[in-house]
Amino acid sequence: MSRRKFNFGLRLLWTAGAVLAMWALDRLLVHTVNPYIYRILVLCGLNMILALSLNLVNGITGQFSIGHAGFMAVGAYTSAAFTVYAVPRLFGVEPGASGLIAAGPFVLAILTGGMVSAIAGFLVGLPSMRLRGDYLAIVTLGFGEIIRVIILNVDAVGGARGFAGIPHLTNLAWVLGGVVVTYVVIQNLMRSYHGRALLAIREDEIAAEALGVPTTRYKVFAFVIAAFFAGVAGALFAHYTYLHTNSFTFMKSIEVIVMVVLGGMGSLTGSLLGAALLTALPEALRFASAERLIVYSILLIVLMIARPQGILGRRELALPGWLAKLFRRRGVETP
Amino acid sequence: MTDALLELRDVTCTFGGLKAVSDLNLDLPHGILAGLIGPNGAGKTTVFNLITGVYAPSAGSIVFEGKPIQGKATSAIARHGVARTFQSPRLFADLTCLDNVRIACHTHAGAGFLDSVLSTPRSVDEENEILLRADALLNSFALGQYRGQQARSLPYGQQRRLEIARALAAEPRLLLLDEPAAGLNPQETQELMRLFRDAREFYDLTVLLIEHDMKVVMGICQRITVLDYGVKIAEGDPDRIRSDPKVIEAYLGDEP
Repeated sequence: MSRRKFNFGLRLLWTAGAVLAMWALDRLLVHTVNPYIYRILVLCGLNMILALSLNLVNGITGQFSIGHAGFMAVGAYTSAAFTVYAVPRLFGVEPGASGLIAAGPFVLAILTGGMVSAIAGFLVGLPSMRLRGDYLAIVTLGFGEIIRVIILNVDAVGGARGFAGIPHLTNLAWVLGGVVVTYVVIQNLMRSYHGRALLAIREDEIAAEALGVPTTRYKVFAFVIAAFFAGVAGALFAHYTYLHTNSFTFMKSIEVIVMVVLGGMGSLTGSLLGAALLTALPEALRFASAERLIVYSILLIVLMIARPQGILGRRELALPGWLAKLFRRRGVETP
Repeated sequence: MTDALLELRDVTCTFGGLKAVSDLNLDLPHGILAGLIGPNGAGKTTVFNLITGVYAPSAGSIVFEGKPIQGKATSAIARHGVARTFQSPRLFADLTCLDNVRIACHTHAGAGFLDSVLSTPRSVDEENEILLRADALLNSFALGQYRGQQARSLPYGQQRRLEIARALAAEPRLLLLDEPAAGLNPQETQELMRLFRDAREFYDLTVLLIEHDMKVVMGICQRITVLDYGVKIAEGDPDRIRSDPKVIEAYLGDEP
């Protein structure tokens, strides 16, 4: 067994390199592809974050949550309110600012959105994680709708008019960063005892409990992590485009579930694939205008008949050998 | 008997009007291999479920290593050092054999969530150690060749073995085995019992065993408790149980 040493410097270098690469890619795309494609890429990234995080609950832990849009809304509105109300007072940075001056407060806004959403996830998860299946689904569905209606009635965040005056700080680089962080966090988790505990809950809750896995605690834990990243996606969304509660209806939750199921429940790369496909597909079908939704539905039905376990099932897409070598988690033997 | 590893005192468990277990007293001294037998529906598995906290007793106390454990969560009791297998194997069917065993290695999992996410040296070392332990266990149960295979793809006999290996991975001091030989042919049973005797010595285990195969029970148990309708009707070494008229009437039958 070859044990490589943990190297903090190397890791810092990797992170810096990744940030630089994403920024460069963003600059390149802004100038080369048309704004329509660019926008689809951004939305695609947001959906990837949502699908990855929902997969943690629905695919990996085997629970059934259909309120993901609610957490996205919590993150979107808290981060937007943070940017509009708190940032000018705390940092003296005007909403119109851009560049590095705006980046620091923006990171804080994203984290605030994620944290508040995670707290909401904890509050909803604690009582409802004793439920399972349909009952849990109903509770999460109810939560999503309640959040939306509450926000709709808060005048400070625009109410039914939508929240205006939020600087559009999000670009593809931020979204890509969000996708990478979400993916790495969940993947590292899955390679540890904690991740395996979540899988054990999906497979057999009674056996997991008998082997010392506190199942309720782990279910709440998965729920909180998922809510955090949904909140992050919401925060990025709020700083990208017009913010209105109509973006967080029940249909949005369903859309994310379809991405997870289509890609393969429990497969992280499957979620990425599902999110990419389901963001691109409706756009690609625009030529069919009126028949678009019919074609879309038929495609989904065909896919689910042909591969009920999703495109990837529970497997992961493997990187080609040399790339896999680059990205292998340092120090741990791959079984 | 204060040196008992496990003490059940007047434990009663009722479901509605039915007394599944009534006023059961049971002491397991450290290191014993004890058997629990009785006809179907006598409450044997209920006793297991009471000890492991799946059910809370309606009355009475359960003391493990001097600490009362009745009413605690199953996972908490498991972490105190009680592991079990199930009447029909409850493996994590879609996971690999290796992962089945690794999930049980909770005694070695001290790294927190952040350690895992950042894959800090602590988490990396810990995972390597869990991997080593799990592999060692799989090998000692002759399951090494299956480590990367889904548990569901194993033949039934191997599934039984995997379940015991998994229970041992939790490093229990008390192991509860619910009919480990059920569904195995005589040769597999022999093999399992031999394995299991070695493991008991090696891991310094106390074992309580439910089994219908009298050859197994009489052959390896040092002490046997007989239940009928939730009541203890006899207790003692195999020879005494074999000749006890009440046990013969309730369970063994006249013909030996």
